[in-house]
Formats: sequence, structure tokens, C-alpha cells
Amino acid sequence: MPIRTEHLNYIYNPGTAYEKQALSDIDLELPDGQFVGIIGHTGSGKSTLIQHLNGLVRATSGTVWYNGEDIYREGYSMKELRSKVGLVFQYPEYQLFEVDVFTDVCFGPKNLGLSKEETEARASEALRQVGLGEEYYKKSPFELSGGQKRRAAIAGILAMQPEVLILDEPTAGLDPHGRDEILDQIQKLHRERGITVVLVSHSMEDIARYVERIIVMEKGRVRFDDTPKKVFEHYRELEQIGLAAPQVTYVMQTLRGAGMDIDLAATTVEEAKASILNYFQKKAQEG
Amino acid sequence: MNIIQAKKLTHDYRKVGDDGETETSCRALDNVDLDVAPGQFIAILGHNGSGKSTLAKHLNAILTPTDGTVWVDGMDTRDAEKLNAIRQTAGMVFQNPDNQIIGTVVDEDVAFGPENMGIPTEEILERVENSLKTVGMWEYRDRSPNRLSGGQKQRVAIAGVMAMEPKCIVLDEPTAMLDPVGRREVIRAAQKLNREKQVTILLITHYMEEVTEADRVIVMDQGKILMQGTPREVFSRVEELKEHRLDVPQVTMLAHELRKSGLPVPEGVLTVQELAESLIAASRRAV
Amino acid sequence: MIREITIGQYYPADSVIHRLDPRTKLAGTLVFILSLFLFRSYAAYLVATVFLACVIRASKVPFRFMVRGMKAIVVLLMITVLFNMFLTPGEPLVKLWKLTITREGLELAIFMAIRLSYLIIGSSVMTLTTTPNQLTDGLEKGLRPLNKIHVPVHDVAMIMSIALRFIPILLEETDKIMKAQMARGADFESGGVVQKAKSMVPLLVPLFISAFRRANDLAMAMEARGYHGGEGRTKMRPLQYQKRDRIAYLTLVVYLLAMFAAKRIAGF
Repeated sequence: MPIRTEHLNYIYNPGTAYEKQALSDIDLELPDGQFVGIIGHTGSGKSTLIQHLNGLVRATSGTVWYNGEDIYREGYSMKELRSKVGLVFQYPEYQLFEVDVFTDVCFGPKNLGLSKEETEARASEALRQVGLGEEYYKKSPFELSGGQKRRAAIAGILAMQPEVLILDEPTAGLDPHGRDEILDQIQKLHRERGITVVLVSHSMEDIARYVERIIVMEKGRVRFDDTPKKVFEHYRELEQIGLAAPQVTYVMQTLRGAGMDIDLAATTVEEAKASILNYFQKKAQEG
Repeated sequence: MNIIQAKKLTHDYRKVGDDGETETSCRALDNVDLDVAPGQFIAILGHNGSGKSTLAKHLNAILTPTDGTVWVDGMDTRDAEKLNAIRQTAGMVFQNPDNQIIGTVVDEDVAFGPENMGIPTEEILERVENSLKTVGMWEYRDRSPNRLSGGQKQRVAIAGVMAMEPKCIVLDEPTAMLDPVGRREVIRAAQKLNREKQVTILLITHYMEEVTEADRVIVMDQGKILMQGTPREVFSRVEELKEHRLDVPQVTMLAHELRKSGLPVPEGVLTVQELAESLIAASRRAV
Repeated sequence: MIREITIGQYYPADSVIHRLDPRTKLAGTLVFILSLFLFRSYAAYLVATVFLACVIRASKVPFRFMVRGMKAIVVLLMITVLFNMFLTPGEPLVKLWKLTITREGLELAIFMAIRLSYLIIGSSVMTLTTTPNQLTDGLEKGLRPLNKIHVPVHDVAMIMSIALRFIPILLEETDKIMKAQMARGADFESGGVVQKAKSMVPLLVPLFISAFRRANDLAMAMEARGYHGGEGRTKMRPLQYQKRDRIAYLTLVVYLLAMFAAKRIAGF
């Protein structure tokens, strides 16, 4: 279901020496089924923003609408909201606590008051979705590898069957192999179940491969909000705010600067390869 | 003489089974030979579980070999009497910036190492100032580490090791938990140390783009050295790297793909500039 | 909320009070607190007020930071005042239903309130102007004589200093884990005592695991940086009394004399 924020403001430690405006005037709309990336460097407000979306942090002013309802309305069930808007925190493996993986994944659905059968069915389904088979069910979460732990933690959120899945830096600290596994699983989920996915990251290369829309945050504000290609066109401005476009963007920009007629919108290796080969083929035909 | 030398270094991790008796052992390092000449910048790559962090811990005598020998500046790491001398020769920076800062104020933390060594007060002050200035953290000397960014904390940790004036610094995945800005800051600080103070650097990482300026790249897999050479040599073996599920920088990948398609692009391209130049040249020739 | 738990966080500023030797500040705080209990008279408390005001002024720390520490004890303060006011026998002043406020009770309540607030403000001055490390340094050196009777002063000081560094980190972590579990539908607020205790498990288990992991990492980092106990260690800033410390001690003596005189001479 769609999420909308309206004039969202958030101030940290108001009235103290460390007062800080973390979010200013955020107006965003996340329609159903989108795969969105939120980029910004540490302290840009991206983590604070997503914690507003499931009601974990209450805005200083402004409103969040979920499915057309004001979540700050008297009597609105935050617990229900949190099951609908699943939020996977950074380093989520640090929240694992049960004796085995399966019981841990059951924690979420159990809190929703579901029956034992339903809880267990959901847990198995969630573990299947992150690619952890039955051989892992009875293992202690602490016996797993880093990437497996993280997937178990993500399953803990998936088991609540959220309509929107938000992941805060899901690949932080993982090696390239673990990173690809997680991102591929998320993409598959998005395709299979059609849920909205919000991916928070500081890696442009990761995001460019997966998302259809990028929101760039800077100093608590939305700086850009567009398709990846459009956003990466602003690669100079991105650099100024401590971010960088994918390396491919730089290659394409330099080539274009030298007068070569190639596609600036290429952001992945495959797209760049196609565009460059295309250019040389045309050239060969002309010559 | 080599600052670091390992001969047939083997390390087994022992794990006691659930019954408390059976011991299973897991080979983390398998017959590794390593020579590092003073003043070199060495990058060690590999994914989690490849043995790279175990190797790092041997260079500072945190671990001692199950089999084989490690010499640090000619001292056998198994020689308990040389322990302090070894730790002063090969300093160590760890992954988690929060868990290695001991002081509650930046300069007090940098002073921790020299204080342990029994350096006279006057000289400690001098060393602290020097180290903090080298990593660009002098202005933050009286701050609490808790209020610094990840990259800044890691630079403080580097300064803390530097103040012990080691001949060699081993950085064990110092950037794994940082954002791109922080990663750049840390890598630059390490390069500066290497160039200006001639400190030998061993950088352990899984980010390929961090190793392009190293003197030598060592790729580890399953406790063994898989390949080593200059960055160019290593990155010209794209297929092999991919086979071992290792990442290759986007430009290197693109260059490799274009070369495979018949364009005159050199092997092992490391920078955007390099690739763009060879393509521009090719385009001119095609006219 | 988390910031308020760590009462008296260091407030960086360049002032005479900041520069004083931590031992001087520790001794000063101790003397000040003792003086409040020794000299119970309005005149003496007037002297204490002036003294405290001067010190706060000299410290360049905004007054609101001093008062922040008070928030934590407001309830305690109220209870103390009320108990003293109503339960002290003596000459009745006001009668409210079954409760009587006596003159003695009122006086005792006023004294208690002043004493407690000054105690908090006085120690806040110390913690706001002294870094935790200086404080532990001060304790370590000030208590060194105890080494002779085999009290491991250095180790205790090191433990304190590490605790001070990690308390904010662990508090932040608590907050993060709590939020992460709330995102999984955990409820930390409702239910009875048993329910509440049970709901703490998903918070405490990860917190302990994380604390142990941090301790392990930290031990390794300390070892790698050559830590081998207090023996043979030097200090970047060894504590040394300066002229300003001698002046401070002198001021302290003058203050005590003034308190004494105020109580004796003024007689109220």
C-alpha cells in the first residue's frame, strides 16, 4: 500500500547543545510495487527517514500517510503498521536472539498473534525466500556465516509478510559474494511477490543495477528524486555531496566529452558495452 | 632483510564439539609463504573465510602458527620474549572503529600506545601531534570519539598505531564498515603514511577499487595464496577472479568485456582515464 | 533520553576550572559537599551559594547544563522535602486535615532541598569540566597510596575509563536493538511485570552478545597496542599541581573559614 510523507520534519535532541535538524520538509510518495533506492552519505538523514515510515520515530512536525491513513491519528495501531512496513535495520544479525534460526524467525509472526501453524508456515516460507533450507532451521544463529546470519535476520522481517520492505544498508560489511546473494534474493522477492522495496545504500553501483528510482538525500533534504539514469546525469553535484556515480558513468562522460556519440544514460557494464560497441560498429560502417 | 616473512604458515582453528570432547579443526591458513620488503604497500584480497584476517593476526603475534614460521623484522612470532617488540614493529588497525578506540578523548586515545611503551611525556605529546596531523585529525584532538564519523574514528585508530612508530602497519578490513567518503579518507591516510613515512602497509580488504595503487596485490582463497602480482597483473585475470566470486572494479570489467568483443583495449585496465584514453585513440584510428 | 542518563557529560570550554588538576576538583567537590552537612545555617548556605555561583561563572558552562542533572532527582527531592515537612515533630505552623507542618519540619525540608540540589550541582560542575579520563587519572593518582595495601588502583581506573567510553555506545545500541525488535512487533511497554520481564529477552540477549564481542575486540586492540598493565606506563599528561591548584586549595580554605564564621557570627 502506498506511503506518503507530508512536510516531514525531525529535530534530534531539541533544546540541547546537540540539537540537529535531521529531516526538513520531506514530501515523498512511494507507490505500490516500486523498487526504490535511497542514497546519501552517513548523516544525510536517510536512516532517520525510513524509521518514520513504520512509526518507530515520530516526526517533530508533518505527517506520514499509509494507505491513505494518517499514522499519527489517535488509536492508529503502530504494531500493525510495523508488520505492514517491514524494516530491516543495518547489521540486522545483531538482533538475533533465539536458540535456533527457525524460532528466531517465528518471533515476528508470533508477536502478531498468529496461530502456531500460521506462524510456522510463514517462517518456513520466509526462510525459503532468503534461501535458507531446512538444514539451517535447528542451527544456532551464531553458527552461521555472516551472509547467512543476515539472511536469517531478513527472514525475520519477511515472516511478517510486509507489503513494503525497507532495508537499511543490507550489504554493509559483507563481501562481494554475500552482497550479490542478498541483493539477488531481494530482487527476486520484488518480482515474485510484487511488494514495494526500499533499499537504503551508499553504493551507487549496487543500486544502479536494481532500482527503478533513486532518492538522493543530503543534509536532511531530498536532493534528487528520479530514475537512476537521470540522477547520475548530475554526477558532478553528486560528487560535491560526497557521493559518486558508478565508474561507468565517468567513462561515458569522458568519451562523450571527446566527441564520441555514445549513450550517456548507460550505468551498468552491460549497457555501456552495448553502447560503445554500437558506436564502433556504426563508425566501421560509415568508414 | 624482509620486514615480514612467513614460511609454510599453517593455522588450524580448533573447535570443541557439543559433547565437550571431540575436537574438530578447521584449516584457515594452508602453507602460506609471504615476503614483504620494507616500504612496500601490499594489498591482500579475498572474501570472508579466505584466511586473510587470520593471516593479519599472525603478523602481530595475536595468533601464532600451528605449523610453519612467521618472522616480523627477523623476530619469530612464537618467541614470547619478543612479544612487545613485535607489537611495536607491526601495528594493527581493526575492522570495527568503535571497538578499538580506548580513550574517551581523541588525543588521549592516540597516546595510549606510546604510554604503554613507556615513552617520556614530552615525546608522547610530539608523537600524538605528528600522528594526528598526518591523518588529518588534529583539529579533533579534544573531541569525544563517539561524536566522530566512521572514517574519522578509523583515522584516529591509524594515528594511535602510528604514534607507536611501527615499521609496518597491518590494516585488517579497516573500511568494511564505512561509507564511500570514509573509505577514501582511510585509504588516503594509509597511502600517505606509506609515501611520507616509508611505513610498510599491509591492507586487507575485499574492495577491489582500494587496491589499484598497491605495489603488490595478493589474492587469497581457502587459506591459500591464489594469485599475486601488480594490480595490473592481477586484474588482467578477470575470468579467474570471477570464477572465485571476487569482484572486479566496473572499469576493469567493462574494459575486459570490450576487449573480448575485439576492441583494442589493454588488459588489466585500472582507471576510468586509462579506459577512456584507449577508446578515444581507437575511435580516432577508426576514422 | 539517552543523553540524559549519562549525567554530567563533559562540556568542552577553556576555563580556569577546566584547567584545574582533577585531584583539586575531586577534593574541592568533596569539601564542598561536606561543608553543606557540617555547617547547617542560612548564613552559611548563603556563603555556599555565592561560592558555587562564582565557580559556575568561572567554569564558563551555561547554567542550564548544571540544572539538567537535577531532573533525574526531582522526584527524590520532592519525596524528601514532603517527608521532612510533614513528619518532623515540633511547633505546628499549618494544619492540613490530618497533617501538620511544623516549624522544624519546614526548616529541615528547606535545608534538605538546598543540600541535595547543591550536591548535584556541585558534582555536575566537576563532571562537566573534567573529562572522564582526567577524572580516572585523578582518582588513580589520588588513590595511589592504596596500592600499598594491594588495591589494584590502576586496573580499577582503567576499568572505569573503559566503562565511561562504552556506556554511551551500549546505550545507543540498546536503543537500536529495541527499535529493531519493535519493527518485528515486539512490545516493551504493555503487560504485567512477568510479561515485561519476558519481553526484555529479545533485547538483553543481543545486547550481552554484542557487549562480549566488543570486549573481546577491545582486549585484542589493547594488546595489539602493547598494553600490559600499569607497570612501566608513562603518561601523556602526568598530573602535576600548578600554581592555580595551590590558589584553588587556598580558596577552599578561605571558603571553609567563611562558612564557619557565617554560622558562628551570624547565628541564623
